Amino acid sequence: MSKFIMSRRKLLQGGAALGAFGLASGTMPIRFARADGLTIGIIYVGPRDDFGWNQAHAVAAKALKDIPGVTVVEEEKVPETDAVAKTMESMIQLDGANLVFATSFGYYQPFVIDEAKKNPSVQFRHAAPLWKEGDPKNAGSYFGYLDQAHYIDGVAGGLSTKSNKIGFVAAKPISSVLSNINSVLLGARKTNPNATVQVIFTGDWSLPVREAEATNALVDAGCDVITCHVDSPKVVISTAEGRGVKTLGHNASQAPLAPKGFITGAEYKWITIYSQYAATLSKGGTLPNMLAGGYDLDFVQNTPYGAGATDAAKAAADAAKVEMKAKKPYYVGPLKDNTGKEVIAAGQSHAPYDPWIDNINFLAEGVIGSIT
Amino acid sequence: MNGESGLDVVLLAMFAGAIRVSTPFLFVSLGECLTEKSGRINLGLEGTLVFGAMTGYAVSYLSGSPWLGVLAAGVAGSLFGAIHGYVCKLPRVNDVAIGIAMMLFGTGLAFFLGKPFVQPVAPHLPSLPLGWWSSNHSIRSALDINPLFFVGAALAVLLWWAFKNTRYGLIVRMTGDSAPAALAMGYSVNWVRFIATTIGGFSAGVGGAFLSLYYPGQWSEGLSSGQGLMAVALVIFARWNPLACFAAALLFGAAGALGPALQSVGITQGYYFFNAAPYVLTLFIMIVSTSPKRSLRGAPAELSITK
Amino acid sequence: MAVTSDTKLAAEAPALTGGDWLRRIGRSVEAVFIPAMAIVASALLFSLLLIILGKSPQEFYELLWRGGFGTSFSWQNTLVRATPLIFTALCVAVPARLGMVIIGGEGAFVLGGFCAAAIAVPLVDWASPWIVMPLMIVAAVVSGAVWIGFVGVLRYYRGVNETIASLLMYYIAVSIMNFFVEGPLRDLTNPNKPSTKPIGDANMVGDIPGTEVHWGLIVGIVLAIALWVLMNRTKFGFAARITGGNIRAARAQGLPVGRLIVISCAIAGACAGLAGYFEVAAIQGRANASIAAGYGFTGILVAFLAKQNPLAIIPVSIFLGGIAAAGGLIQRRMGMPDATVQVLQGLMFVLLLVSETFYGRFRIFGGKGGGR
Repeated sequence: MSKFIMSRRKLLQGGAALGAFGLASGTMPIRFARADGLTIGIIYVGPRDDFGWNQAHAVAAKALKDIPGVTVVEEEKVPETDAVAKTMESMIQLDGANLVFATSFGYYQPFVIDEAKKNPSVQFRHAAPLWKEGDPKNAGSYFGYLDQAHYIDGVAGGLSTKSNKIGFVAAKPISSVLSNINSVLLGARKTNPNATVQVIFTGDWSLPVREAEATNALVDAGCDVITCHVDSPKVVISTAEGRGVKTLGHNASQAPLAPKGFITGAEYKWITIYSQYAATLSKGGTLPNMLAGGYDLDFVQNTPYGAGATDAAKAAADAAKVEMKAKKPYYVGPLKDNTGKEVIAAGQSHAPYDPWIDNINFLAEGVIGSIT
Repeated sequence: MNGESGLDVVLLAMFAGAIRVSTPFLFVSLGECLTEKSGRINLGLEGTLVFGAMTGYAVSYLSGSPWLGVLAAGVAGSLFGAIHGYVCKLPRVNDVAIGIAMMLFGTGLAFFLGKPFVQPVAPHLPSLPLGWWSSNHSIRSALDINPLFFVGAALAVLLWWAFKNTRYGLIVRMTGDSAPAALAMGYSVNWVRFIATTIGGFSAGVGGAFLSLYYPGQWSEGLSSGQGLMAVALVIFARWNPLACFAAALLFGAAGALGPALQSVGITQGYYFFNAAPYVLTLFIMIVSTSPKRSLRGAPAELSITK
Repeated sequence: MAVTSDTKLAAEAPALTGGDWLRRIGRSVEAVFIPAMAIVASALLFSLLLIILGKSPQEFYELLWRGGFGTSFSWQNTLVRATPLIFTALCVAVPARLGMVIIGGEGAFVLGGFCAAAIAVPLVDWASPWIVMPLMIVAAVVSGAVWIGFVGVLRYYRGVNETIASLLMYYIAVSIMNFFVEGPLRDLTNPNKPSTKPIGDANMVGDIPGTEVHWGLIVGIVLAIALWVLMNRTKFGFAARITGGNIRAARAQGLPVGRLIVISCAIAGACAGLAGYFEVAAIQGRANASIAAGYGFTGILVAFLAKQNPLAIIPVSIFLGGIAAAGGLIQRRMGMPDATVQVLQGLMFVLLLVSETFYGRFRIFGGKGGGR
């Protein structure tokens, strides 16, 4: 037991020292209870090297490959249709996978659930907080609450904007995106009560031309800090840099793309979860059905500060990180949405892992934009 | 800060979009215009566009020179055009089907070979800051125009003039309007069409390089959303007139900028419909500008889709 | 008038000689030999590409076989993937007899699936499946028929090129679906994946007993046979082919060309819409962005490979379904990108179309040699 805690601490220290592009340190003292090791299957909905969502997972997968005894099989660009069910089955039957990571939201219902029922000896984990009591026991969810990292982005952003307008290029109005938008606003308002966030929805996860247009439109509308939630923020960040405004990143580190204007970014740190799972399975233990966390569990992180971050912004962001690690809630009442309706009553608040956050369907007051 | 009215912002965004977004459409449609004037249709330009984008980006990254990338993209495009041109002259080959096949092949090959180039950042094409006189940063950005836009515009004028006034233009038109007449004059119909298709491919490749090396300036698998096919529709809409192709490309670019522009001034409802605007516009224009009697006025008579 | 002309033709047909029979056999053999050669040629070229990239062609084809047809699991995977392709290929093949190239079947697919779900959702709680399921089918078929039928109308009455019109209609259909699925018809209990409410298990299409393949496969096969009969053994089909051969001559004969065009397009759209129905009712259980998975576009490839013959569409769909099914395995085992299968498909398509030129060139098959 103590050996496990020791290696986990080493892991976290090692992990904390790396950016999203680093490789995990190869010295993982994991011994396998089973002679044939562990085969992990990972399924991506898009290309592995998209500078965004899929890449964040692929980076963690690559690190897993370095663990002796672990085989990783990956398949990319699997659509959220029956194809993923077949892929999972194929991984189990033809590759002998013991653990399957289904990394896209739409994989869970009904595909992961059905496959979990059919293959009770295989563990399935899905990257969105959907598992609930009654779902198969060998299925489960894991998630990093990126909105906490976006809150910190907002804190830094609020002190970086002179026009008080932060621009947000968003893909689709689903809860996690809406929560990220609201978190940027709430963070910005913490340090700058006059800050607003203007959002433009492109309509889909990866539309480079429209994302570029949206970025230009936001800058033309007066935003001087740009951030986004699309699968691959590459276009948004480099277009914003080209217009000379500051940027906040998303999913993976886009710092190299914006040498002058990058402030910080919200990044996933899937390796924490993945290596925990691998370590548990190597001991023959059972995986938790729901493993979600944010800053306090080191499942998310912020990109190291870039040239666009002022000292004041850095200090405020660092202070906010301490608060996030201490699980201090920022969804506190009274809060209205941007149509005037009250969404959190005065005196109420929602703690960081409150399921209410997974069901957000509004844009907070101070956000310019609408959902349909 | 922005004291401009909403309308100003939208108009400016559409103006800027018209220039930025139209350039790939312009190059692809001019290339297709030439090809179709000679009597052949090349629907594979979507694949050529994507492959050109990949090649341009890769060569720019490997060599450090974006202009070399543009050239390489053009050459790659001309290869695809040449394949299309050669295959289509074989008897009994359906050129519409070949186009679709080349589109599939070109896109697949581009994604396949382009994997290693998604990550790295390639040098971008420079732009001409034609808005230096303005203090308004939006206007300055809107007038930051890439030289390729002017090249495209010049090409449109050149093509238009050449079709009307030069011997080569006449030969191409004759091949497109009446193959027997061209043969009677001693010109090899197949050879003319082959050259036209190859040059068309070169142009499409350059259009693709613009996408990956300037706007949006990255290579990834979602880069094109049907622009190559839209450009073919544009040619029909423009009645095979290169100047009209230019105007149509601008119109299309402006329509593409409409969605985000409206959202940026606060008209945020129904953005899906605004995003569908370019397609609805094209369809509407096609409906309005054709009629069953003179079904496609100005169409080269030899073009298989008009027979 | 059409009635007397074809009976007259039949009466005047001369008796077949021995040489005629030989030529007929030769032509049938040719029809199989030449496409087979094209596929072999594309396999050879592709192997060359693999060798240049340092991969083993033998491994590739082994995995192709194993993943597509090698085990019972693979077979079922293949059949499930083949099912939508049968329908969408019919959507291309039927209008092709009239000389029209329609590539927008994906739009009818999406719209059909969406309308089926939309009509089911308000009825789920109180109407029995005996009412809901037929209504869903009708909604899917009618919406698809109207969508592509419209393309036919545009083609005949306004001379608008149907290839481009159908493609534009695809983009518009996707926008419509996205708008409704994210707005008025959105299931608010599923905030992270915009979908309609589920249609309920009672209304889902089940699997063929003993397999994991849903009934859509049988429906598809029956439909393909029915449409082959329609196009090859009925007056309608005969009239359609004449129109496809020479539209002016058809009009001169007094054939109702406009009606033929629009009805053929409507049939095509109905097929694609029905495929959308199965995607919703057998796989997804609701309508959302995942139903736009590209089956419509692969269907184009199937139709051309099958030379627009509805009967041939069945084996070709299975063939392509097998390649797609194996694609995942190839990705994982050989570490190749997902686009690999697309390159192979494209190559096959090009070479198959090129091989058209060889018909009639081989004296051995009774041809005249020399081409043209």
